[in-house]
Amino acid sequence: MLMGGGGPAGPRRRGAAAACAAATLAAGFLSGCGSGGSGARVISLYNAPQQSMGEIVKRCNRLARGRYRIVLNTLPRGADDQREQLVRRLAAADSELDVLGMDVTWTAELAEAGWIREWTGPFAAEARRGVTARPLDTAVWQRKLYAAPYNTNVQLLWYRSDLIPEPPTTWTGLMAASARLAAEGKPHYGEVTGAQFEGLVVWFNSLVASAGGRILSPDGARVELGPQALVALKVLRAFARSKAADPSLSNTKEDDARLAVESGRGAYEINWPFVYASMAELKPAMLPHFKWAPYPGITGSGRAPLGGANFAVSRYSKNPQAAFQAALCLRDPESQRVAAVKDGLPPTIESVYGASGMAEAYPMRDTILAALKTAAARPKTPTYQNVSTVTAVTLSPPSAIDPPRTLRTLRNLISDALQSKGVLP
Amino acid sequence: MNGPGGGATVSGGDDAGRRAVSQGRRSERHLGWWLCAPAALVMVLVTGWPIVYSVLLSLQRYDLRFPDRKGWIGVENYTTVLTSAFWWNAFAVTAVVTVVSVAIELVLGMVIALVMYRTLVGRGLIRTVVLIPYGIVTVAAAYGWKYAWTPDTGWLAGLLPGGQAPLTEHWPAIGIVILAEVWKTTPFMALLLMAGLALVPEDTLKAASMDGAGAWQRFRLITLPLMRPAILAALLFRTLDAFRIFDNIFVLTNGAQNTAAVSVIAYHNLIGGLNLGIGSTMSVLIVVTVAVIAFVFVKVLGTSAPAQATGGKR
Repeated sequence: MLMGGGGPAGPRRRGAAAACAAATLAAGFLSGCGSGGSGARVISLYNAPQQSMGEIVKRCNRLARGRYRIVLNTLPRGADDQREQLVRRLAAADSELDVLGMDVTWTAELAEAGWIREWTGPFAAEARRGVTARPLDTAVWQRKLYAAPYNTNVQLLWYRSDLIPEPPTTWTGLMAASARLAAEGKPHYGEVTGAQFEGLVVWFNSLVASAGGRILSPDGARVELGPQALVALKVLRAFARSKAADPSLSNTKEDDARLAVESGRGAYEINWPFVYASMAELKPAMLPHFKWAPYPGITGSGRAPLGGANFAVSRYSKNPQAAFQAALCLRDPESQRVAAVKDGLPPTIESVYGASGMAEAYPMRDTILAALKTAAARPKTPTYQNVSTVTAVTLSPPSAIDPPRTLRTLRNLISDALQSKGVLP
Repeated sequence: MNGPGGGATVSGGDDAGRRAVSQGRRSERHLGWWLCAPAALVMVLVTGWPIVYSVLLSLQRYDLRFPDRKGWIGVENYTTVLTSAFWWNAFAVTAVVTVVSVAIELVLGMVIALVMYRTLVGRGLIRTVVLIPYGIVTVAAAYGWKYAWTPDTGWLAGLLPGGQAPLTEHWPAIGIVILAEVWKTTPFMALLLMAGLALVPEDTLKAASMDGAGAWQRFRLITLPLMRPAILAALLFRTLDAFRIFDNIFVLTNGAQNTAAVSVIAYHNLIGGLNLGIGSTMSVLIVVTVAVIAFVFVKVLGTSAPAQATGGKR
């Protein structure tokens, strides 16, 4: 109630930035507005570690021809550490941040806190152009666009066709396949992200969505978790207690799952497409039998988890116009193509899937595009961090789930988390 | 205790002399206060204001993500925290880590203190070597432990059968946290105890020896009772320190597998959850607990500052 509706210090900041911009224009050169030695406005980009980001930045700086100069700052590797650094600095109104590489789950939080700017007018039109629907929706909070979609991601079923000739479409089918392999004395573990972290929430969310339910209402205001959630919990428990479960299931993260299949312990894994490039590089002999299929479901094909990252512009940026332009360049079709081909990050712009080099880097691109049509985004709420943390704690370890009781606990804890009332573990 | 008035009236036969002395004393005392005032003021501002501020925050609903919903809510945050299973779990973890690590440190520290005190050759070398763990930054040491216990990269994990990952299980992880704490702070404990050993007069020990007391009897019946003030002070310092454990847990598990201590959970709510209200409530509760521990040590067990204890013995 102390702050206006426009977010903390919004109008005042914008006014100051505009005044500064006007003054520098009048003076004919740039100074004191975060400009660098070369005379161009410096746009600070904070992004997750990505190998070819330097190359993308260089191209954008060339295209900018002195309108701005992007300086790349690499955030820590872990998503939680990235978020922590960004929110800590945003909470302190740090004007050194301009363009923010955001995980798809942060949009609501940063938007609600008034830390990122809404995209409007021509910038918004450009950010939306050609982007597939579900990735675009991750950048939207309460019908306003708060970020430009950069890359997306879906999990698929990756399996060894020498062990499983015909990929099952359901979790029950996977468990049956594992039981059969175990009886034959062959590798039978199905690797899933069962550790107590975001990956477990992703798994549960997709199970609930595949059963036709939701964790939260679409506006993020209420807990839903109806009877479909009970079905999802039963599948989680059954899988964790089946022949498919690796003994280290409750400690498995994405990379552990990849390693288990590459080492021959796992017969299949549920994972992001980076496992394909990894298999090609580390175990080329296994690659001919390393196949992919849609994410498994309850009765038919499931709804794959949706990942990815978007670019937002900080409320406290001193050069918002240049920051919007820079963000647009960083995720234009060519930038997305480079990120896809060199770093394995699936594009959000549909046309990029047909670009050169994609067929070699993405033999599974049709499956990804198909999965993107039905992919299950994670719940949208400003308190996603809390919702995710309490969900992971409640579901871990999956083998100890007691469906009706776990569901009750989950409903209570999430409902507290939504009001930012409860305690985080 | 030894108030300024007490010492002033010792000498001087006539009234005039006494007045002159006490007047001089008084103005000196005033000057002393004035000279101290700036430092005292800064101390109050630097330490007092954050405490007051966090108490104020703990009485508000204040989540950085909902700036519009900020408001005074009385003790609701305290009810939330004190009825939360997560908080009490963290409290129990902290208590276990504190009690177990301080107990081990006391025994080990005593052994090391005796060795350091009694060695005749290479005394400087031994004391330096013993102090090395205490000289290493906790976070750096914690990373060392973390990698040592990580399968594939760690030499300690390599000693375990079948590539276990002890940091990913509840009790093994707590055990490693305790081990890291003990390794790190035993030298500190040993130093404090060695100061206490110096309080025990050699003559008493010799006399006891003459009377036929064995080494164990001398230690139990003479050394320990005489060292009591030093032991209590060392225990107080370490208990307060151990209760506020943060860096080791932050690096080793960051609270996974129910290993969060109260400081870690407070950090998660403050920085991760951006919930200044709940986070500050936890900070206040930690301060209160620490105050209770200090109170018990000072008032119930009769701990006094080591300096006072030493002064009393001379």
